[in-house]
Amino acid sequence: MDTMRYEAPGSVDEAVALLAGADGSRVMAGGTDLLVQLRAGMISPTVVVDIKKISELTTVTEDNGAFTVGAAVPGAELSENAALCKAWPGVVEGMDLVGSTQIQGRASLGGNLCNASPAADSVPAMIVARAICIIAGPNGRREAPVEDVAIAPGKTSLAKGELLVAIRLPKPPAHSGDAYLRFIPRTEMDIAVVGAGVSLTLDDSGTCTDARVSLGAVAARALVVDDAAKAIIGTKVDDAAIEALGAACSAAATPITDKRGTVEFRTKVSGVMARRAAAIALERARSN
Amino acid sequence: MAKHHVETTINGEPVEYLCETSQTLLDVLRDELGLTGSKEGCASGDCGACSVTIDGRLVCSCLVMGVEASGHKIETIEGMADGENLHPLQQKFLEQAALQCGICTPGVLVAAKSLLERNPDPTETEVRYWLAGNLCRCTGYDKIIRTVMDVAAEMRSS
Ligand SMILES: Cc1cc2nc3c(=O)[nH]c(=O)nc-3n(C[C@H](O)[C@H](O)[C@H](O)COP(=O)(O)OP(=O)(O)OC[C@H]3O[C@@H](n4cnc5c(N)ncnc54)[C@H](O)[C@@H]3O)c2cc1C
Ligand code: FES
Ligand code: FES
Repeated sequence: MDTMRYEAPGSVDEAVALLAGADGSRVMAGGTDLLVQLRAGMISPTVVVDIKKISELTTVTEDNGAFTVGAAVPGAELSENAALCKAWPGVVEGMDLVGSTQIQGRASLGGNLCNASPAADSVPAMIVARAICIIAGPNGRREAPVEDVAIAPGKTSLAKGELLVAIRLPKPPAHSGDAYLRFIPRTEMDIAVVGAGVSLTLDDSGTCTDARVSLGAVAARALVVDDAAKAIIGTKVDDAAIEALGAACSAAATPITDKRGTVEFRTKVSGVMARRAAAIALERARSN
Repeated sequence: MAKHHVETTINGEPVEYLCETSQTLLDVLRDELGLTGSKEGCASGDCGACSVTIDGRLVCSCLVMGVEASGHKIETIEGMADGENLHPLQQKFLEQAALQCGICTPGVLVAAKSLLERNPDPTETEVRYWLAGNLCRCTGYDKIIRTVMDVAAEMRSS
């Protein structure tokens, strides 16, 4: 007989009380990481707190062009949300790369972030979108930029009792675009060897006024590469600027060698993926 | 800890069962309810042999807790035929031999049905991406993809 409890609270407050009250509690959103880890014996929670009965966590709302995405909304619902796809195509495509159709029916942005894999595909995309996490805990609510949440493999900055409630994506500025690309040896169903997210904004003359660049899978957590952003800000995002952005990404990457790729390969591919993502973001910015 | 008492709907029928927290929906379907059409290929979300829909959404039943089914509508391969009448996908898979050992077939059929409900006119690329989470060790996929395309065309014209 197993001793693991299952709770499905109907409100954020109840969920926080459960998480704060029990040692060894675990949040479950889509369960696509959690149930695999349970099965493999990597974790043995005393209580699993299913957050999918809390409406704030399972809905997407739009307010004046900004979006609040419930932490447990499955990827499939994001891809079906035309307004979100138009506003933040890079975030949606990052999440859409997670697993198969079946996985998309369950896997959430919140789970992807809180599982804290350095290769999580939606995370660089959310970072360049300047997404803000809304976090509830025993002492009320707080906000944190996405890049401050997943801090090391399997480790987040959430305190005991804290729950990620939603992710807020700002209204995209005029003439802006975002994109996320990853390198995998197959065409589907694999884990990123390198992932790159880029967002940029142009002024009316086509000069880049703002940019963000983030890399996944090349460090213990997703990197924000300020030097790469600086390489294109103030330029027309011409070939030389994109080349410099790529070089800054390769310089920032601090990958490890594992079965998916070597240090040398990942360093080089960081630049390649970032350049290609920048080209797509530029295309999108010009058509917005 | 007492078992969970779950009331759900499976293939249109109300169903009740008891399960432990650690049992997946796939475990419940196969071991508690005798619905052994859904297969366990990997138990880790990789193979798609356990595919079912929950409220119309395609998922791997090996990555759903049995207790989570409460209050939802589950569709499995057992609900695909209408009595003796096979679904056009089932019929065509037999006619065109889009299977060999058959382990992947229930999952492939459930996934393909879910695709055609959303997109009656998919391109080959769309079919291949939609079914990318359904692994088949035997057929080399070509017959599966062609058969799904053929059924889609047939269903559109009828
Ligand atoms: C076959 C397969 C393929 C996959 N492919 C990819 C891939 O290509 N790219 C990729 O990035 N990932 C991939 N994954 C991993 C996984 O699907 C994703 O990380 C997914 O986004 C996790 O979301 P979830 O809702 O299922 O999370 P869950 O499994 O429910 O949770 C994951 C972790 O986050 C915690 N958590 C979840 N929600 C919250 C919250 N709101 N507040 C606090 N903590 C929370 C949980 O306690 C748990 O530790 C794959 C998984 C499988 C099984
Ligand atoms: S058994 Fe569920 S995906 Fe393989
Ligand atoms: S027919 Fe054997 S695995 Fe597909």
